[in-house]
Amino acid sequence: MTSDHLRQLEQRTIYILREAYSRVKPLGMLWSIGKDSNALLWMARKAFFGNVPFPVIQLDTDMELPEVYAFRDRIVPEWNLRLQVEHCPPEAEMDQTLPPATRAAARKTEGLKNLIRRQGYRGILLGIRRDEQSTRAKERVFSPRGIDGAWDFRDQPPEFWDQYKTDVPDGAHLRIHPLLHWTELDIWLYTRQEGIPIVPLYLARDGKRYRSLGEKNITFPIDSNASSIDEIIAELETTRMPERAGRAMDHEAEDSFERLRTTGYM
Amino acid sequence: MVDAAQLRLVVVGHVDHGKSTLIGRLLHDTGSLPDGKAEEVRAISARRGMPVEWSFVLDALQAERDQAITIDTTRLWFRTARRSCVIIDAPGHREFLRNMISGAAEADAAILVVDAQEGMREQTRRHAYLLHLLGITQVVVVVNKMDACGFSEARFREVGSAATGYLARIGLHPVAVIPIVARDGDNLGQASGRMPWYGGPSLLESLDGLLVAAPDSTRPLRLPIQDVYKFDERRILVGRVEAGRLRVGDSLLFSPSNRSARVATIESWGPGNAPLEAGAGDSVGFTLDEPVFVERGDVASHHDQAPKLSPLFRCHLFWLSDRPLVPGRSLRLKLATDEARVSVETVERVVDTETLEPVDRTEVRRNDMATVVLRCRELLSLDPHAESPATGRCALIDGFDTVAGGVIDLVGFPDQRPTVQRRSSDLYMVEHLLSAEARAARNGHAGAVIWLTGLSGAGKSTLAMQVERELFARGYAIYVLDGDNVRRGLNADLGFAPEDRAENIRRVGEVAALFADAGVVVITAFISPYRADRERARAAAAGCFHEVYVRADLATCERRDPKGLYQRARSGAVAEFTGISAPYEEPEDPELLVDTAENSLEACVAAVVRYVVERTAISAG
Ligand SMILES: Nc1nc2c(ncn2[C@@H]2O[C@H](COP(=O)(O)OP(=O)(O)O)[C@@H](O)[C@H]2O)c(=O)[nH]1
Repeated sequence: MTSDHLRQLEQRTIYILREAYSRVKPLGMLWSIGKDSNALLWMARKAFFGNVPFPVIQLDTDMELPEVYAFRDRIVPEWNLRLQVEHCPPEAEMDQTLPPATRAAARKTEGLKNLIRRQGYRGILLGIRRDEQSTRAKERVFSPRGIDGAWDFRDQPPEFWDQYKTDVPDGAHLRIHPLLHWTELDIWLYTRQEGIPIVPLYLARDGKRYRSLGEKNITFPIDSNASSIDEIIAELETTRMPERAGRAMDHEAEDSFERLRTTGYM
Repeated sequence: MVDAAQLRLVVVGHVDHGKSTLIGRLLHDTGSLPDGKAEEVRAISARRGMPVEWSFVLDALQAERDQAITIDTTRLWFRTARRSCVIIDAPGHREFLRNMISGAAEADAAILVVDAQEGMREQTRRHAYLLHLLGITQVVVVVNKMDACGFSEARFREVGSAATGYLARIGLHPVAVIPIVARDGDNLGQASGRMPWYGGPSLLESLDGLLVAAPDSTRPLRLPIQDVYKFDERRILVGRVEAGRLRVGDSLLFSPSNRSARVATIESWGPGNAPLEAGAGDSVGFTLDEPVFVERGDVASHHDQAPKLSPLFRCHLFWLSDRPLVPGRSLRLKLATDEARVSVETVERVVDTETLEPVDRTEVRRNDMATVVLRCRELLSLDPHAESPATGRCALIDGFDTVAGGVIDLVGFPDQRPTVQRRSSDLYMVEHLLSAEARAARNGHAGAVIWLTGLSGAGKSTLAMQVERELFARGYAIYVLDGDNVRRGLNADLGFAPEDRAENIRRVGEVAALFADAGVVVITAFISPYRADRERARAAAAGCFHEVYVRADLATCERRDPKGLYQRARSGAVAEFTGISAPYEEPEDPELLVDTAENSLEACVAAVVRYVVERTAISAG
């Protein structure tokens, strides 16, 4: 992997961020505080010359690991972010037919819907990638959502030549995915190259590390001795274990993740 | 370690010819499946009582598994000996054409899958044609399911040459034609023991020989402006260098506005020095040495290799909407970062992808490929697709939906740049000390351009002179600009070539605008057959331009023939005569229409006089 490859990925992401900022208003960005959305924020600062000209939204379930909150509170003033914290509704209000961990994740979906309804966002930037999970592979860069946040994967707009769908009817919104073309390995290589800060939970301690960060009740560390970004990269170049292996909801049923996505999950 | 750039591949072909199977098997054979995936596929296949179905690898969604069809574009990564590849899975179902386009539009190369037993089918041809339309030139043909035809070399040759023959007719030359068994992996990674007669490359070997399309820094600069930022005291223009190079100090020309300025700085954020140049593919930000007005949609280039300007262009497109495309239809155009309204001037042809012959209709239906001419009210900045892909292709939008994509062809459409007024940045408007109101108060009426347009012999000059005399008698400051008179002096240097005609009208429009600005009512009497020319005159006299369509049917004009011109045109002595051998584009929405064939001259004069009096009255503003 050459730095030329990373540069191409980065330049494309910057192009998408600028398209979103130019065409879609009001715009906000979801910040999970994980490695992907940190890299996305970093590129936003490049795209807008040191500014992040839209609110950065955290969907808070009060279940994040303490290291995540600490990282957030350090970065917000340092990067001069306009942080908006959205508290998600309790699990008791979720669809009780969903398996338990999926139900916990559904809280974020509801939080996001509430936020969009209240604030009237037309566009939400998200750091999801196609290689993460097979249903995400189906995504468009500019992906329209109905008023209920639903994703109709059968009826997606054509998207070609970087001519994105930028207009939606009132009440609907766009999910914008500037990292869709990146892989997990790309993100780590870029994080290393640029020196982007990360939550220390990604690095192994006592033979365990988090490969993906979620709420503490539904995300578990994997076995690993990778205690630096270099070691993570070396590990990824050989592993064939899926990234979301530590996410409980992905393993409860063949279609858990798909059900979450069609109802508006990230 | 992989060194070559990543190859983006699209897999196309008729439904059930084995695209998904091929992809699943390729991923398996190159060791690209995540742990557990192969087992999962075996388990699902067994649960459904079928042999191993490699296509399940792709079927990530429950819904797809049930219907056993692939729904949408998927990205899948694998590695050959030399490089990493990403496959964009393209489904074969007819109604999923738009998904195929979404994937194929960004591919470097295509694998065209043809079933050895079935041979080329409708979608095989359609997809191949679409590859051609999307500008994909590298194609590998695989003849699949060789097991089902007894590994017959004769059958392979037959299917292979049918495919090659079709592709050749649309200008595509496959880099290889390979017999395979996707299900078992024959000739994917290595030579198959079951087809010893085949001595060509395996699929993976042939992929290693393909080129990755890279943004081209050696072509003329094209930098469509995305946005203008003013986060601080800097005014930063941003956009992606689609081709060519941008350097600090370059003098840039912005199109279609035709303004120019120099690059003062190239901006960046982060450590390191500000760059002095940027190449193709870079998303840049830069500042100018002068505060010229630039907005999203303008294309920056160098002066000597600028894009073309035209309100009209031909477009080879694919149509995705249920609502047919017909002449006159109005749509929104997206071209690089520009957006504009266009209308369909003509549908030149609809292509039958089976036979490659034109279909006998002018209505473009869902999933058709067609050639149309589109017209915009303003000049557009354009390039022929072959010269500059990024500024030579467009999408068409209807309401909220993308309904077409197409590539631009400018053969037969002259570059209108020479006729555009030069508004270079070193010209400044000098403010008069007198207001338009003061001039109007002195004259008792406002200035105006009364632009008569119509066929030769429709009565423009007669009408103009009568109206002039009538209003002069009423005390109006009024003057007629007539074709022949202007050609003697102001436009003595112009001939009758299309560019000269356009320039003739441009100058008249500008002069008329000055007259109106001076407070005079000026009547122009020119055929001015092209809408674009009249629109430009309208823009020059913004706010006080009145288009009057002096209409008379061709037969009447020909009967009148005051200058004997129709007769000479019919005999061929006068070339490109409006109405006979050159088009007259009727006004779409004139301010006034007078029909001299149906009404007396007096009635027509009275109608124009009444209109002028009303519209130039001081209270009317
Ligand atoms: N006999 C045989 N069948 C195959 C081969 N490749 C694919 N098939 C079968 O052809 C059918 C259609 O394949 P699929 O990959 O779904 O086609 P797609 O619609 O082009 O994606 C499936 O039942 C496959 O098992 C092959 O090489 N040999």
